Amino acid sequence: MSTLITHSTRLTVRSVRQLVRQPAFVVSTLVQPAIWLFLFGQLFKDVIEIPGFAPAGTTYLEFLTPGVIAMTVIFSATWAGTVYVQDMERGVMDRLLASPVSRGAMMNGTLAYQSIVTVAQAGIILALAVVAGARYDGGALGVVLTLFAAVLLTVVFASLSNALALLTRQQESLIGISQLLSLPMAFLSSAIMNIRLAPVWIQTIAKYNPMDWCVVVARQTLSSTPDWGAVWPRLGALTGLALVMGWLATRAFAAYQRSS
Amino acid sequence: MPTHSTSGPAIEARDLVKTYSGGRGEERIRALDGLSLTIARGEVFGLLGPNGAGKSTTVKILTTLARADSGEALVDGIDVTRHAADVRHRIGLVSQKPGSDPMATGRENLTLSGRIYGLSAAATRNRADELLARFGLDRAADRLAKTYSGGMARKLDVALGLMHRPSVLILDEPTTGLDPEARVEMWHEIETLARNEDTTVLLTTHYLDEADHLADRLAIIDRGRVVAQGTPDALKGELHGDTILFEVDSPATALIVAQRFNGLSGLSDITTQGRAIRARAEDGASALPIVLAHLEQAAIPVVSATVSRPSLDDVYLRYAGRAFTKENS
Repeated sequence: MSTLITHSTRLTVRSVRQLVRQPAFVVSTLVQPAIWLFLFGQLFKDVIEIPGFAPAGTTYLEFLTPGVIAMTVIFSATWAGTVYVQDMERGVMDRLLASPVSRGAMMNGTLAYQSIVTVAQAGIILALAVVAGARYDGGALGVVLTLFAAVLLTVVFASLSNALALLTRQQESLIGISQLLSLPMAFLSSAIMNIRLAPVWIQTIAKYNPMDWCVVVARQTLSSTPDWGAVWPRLGALTGLALVMGWLATRAFAAYQRSS
Repeated sequence: MPTHSTSGPAIEARDLVKTYSGGRGEERIRALDGLSLTIARGEVFGLLGPNGAGKSTTVKILTTLARADSGEALVDGIDVTRHAADVRHRIGLVSQKPGSDPMATGRENLTLSGRIYGLSAAATRNRADELLARFGLDRAADRLAKTYSGGMARKLDVALGLMHRPSVLILDEPTTGLDPEARVEMWHEIETLARNEDTTVLLTTHYLDEADHLADRLAIIDRGRVVAQGTPDALKGELHGDTILFEVDSPATALIVAQRFNGLSGLSDITTQGRAIRARAEDGASALPIVLAHLEQAAIPVVSATVSRPSLDDVYLRYAGRAFTKENS
């Protein structure tokens, strides 16, 4: 067990080090969510006036911030498999697989790294929103649960991305899911719009959309009066899905090795 | 945990069979077809064969990256399938593709490797320093690996494979893609390796001269089987006499010449390949003038004629039934 933790930590540190050595990439991962926050925030500013959209006194920026966090997670996490693709293109993957590092540790390494990126991104988005005038009454607990939900969502989609990387070995397939999933999932959730104002079929899909689970958890826990009945089932479902996806993605190593 | 056996061979493979799916509706590809090998402790063993002969598949099975369909492989007497985790501690793999993280320095790459294998922080630091000095990388130690030249990157790969003092180091085509100068340097490193590191080296290559130069013993593999095995000298010694190689003006002429040679006494193992005719003679120097006179009498123009001592190419030709270089190009 301690070996698993040591190996996972070493591999996480390796990825973080790679990231900070590419300052341009760091900047772009932080600038992109900021752009969304302010573009969407301005574009849809007045929808908040629609009766029943949000509790009185809420600004659209306050409503939107959890949505931008979840959108950012999907955009970043679907690229997680890039680490594997690059390692496969070189001999790094084979060297690690022939070493005492377990497949679980290799999966943990990338998931933990993506989670760190998510926490940094989400933290900055929240801070920017506050600077721009948003107020969140949920306090520290709200922020912690929001970050937790964002990390779980990260694990779900980073696992999917890792599994695809192992099965297809191609960067192109990651571009594919990133393009295919990101925006449609956002539009099939309450990320940008109050879902009760959407057609019934979208409301139905949103119920099963993990991205919406994250948005709801964040929005509720950040508010002054969270609806805990809405928070816990979604947090539970996110946790369960994250575990299942992480496990399945680790299984994909076997498929990779069979075909190599 | 199985005990480390210090008396038996470093590697033993018996009747390894490995097939791959050949795609929908296609027959399965038989990458290994009953391959057996025994590699003694402390030797540099060469696995020689053209691309697709089964070298990489053998390496994958021995390094636990792939599983054989049938057969058995032991490293230090430990079964690679049943005790993969234990085998992984005993092997160092230098794969064909560069194995370093380009965005980490040479030292960071080595440190990660040392820690992965459970070396303490101090032991990792010492071992990394030692290997960086050994491979002449000390001045580049704190530069990102992506700035290394091909030769330097390859040396770092070998250092990575040695970090945990493996009992078997597996080098999969270590000089492919290197320029001639870096290749000679890498040869020198590999030569001193077995002596200084107390490790067994398994080396795959499709360069005949490389196997000839580096390997204490070698196995020639063809279509997933070992077709010949022994020291380079013994393998060459099995071929009596010299090789005589003629070149004529066309493949058609070559066939006619080969037919004529069949009737000549003193020549054996006559083969043609394009415009070339190859034959064996007990004493090449005295056979050549006789043969040339015979061809002149028959009015067949000869472009060139050479006599040589047997090379591994001849060995390969003998066992695989075709010349190595042609097959490989």
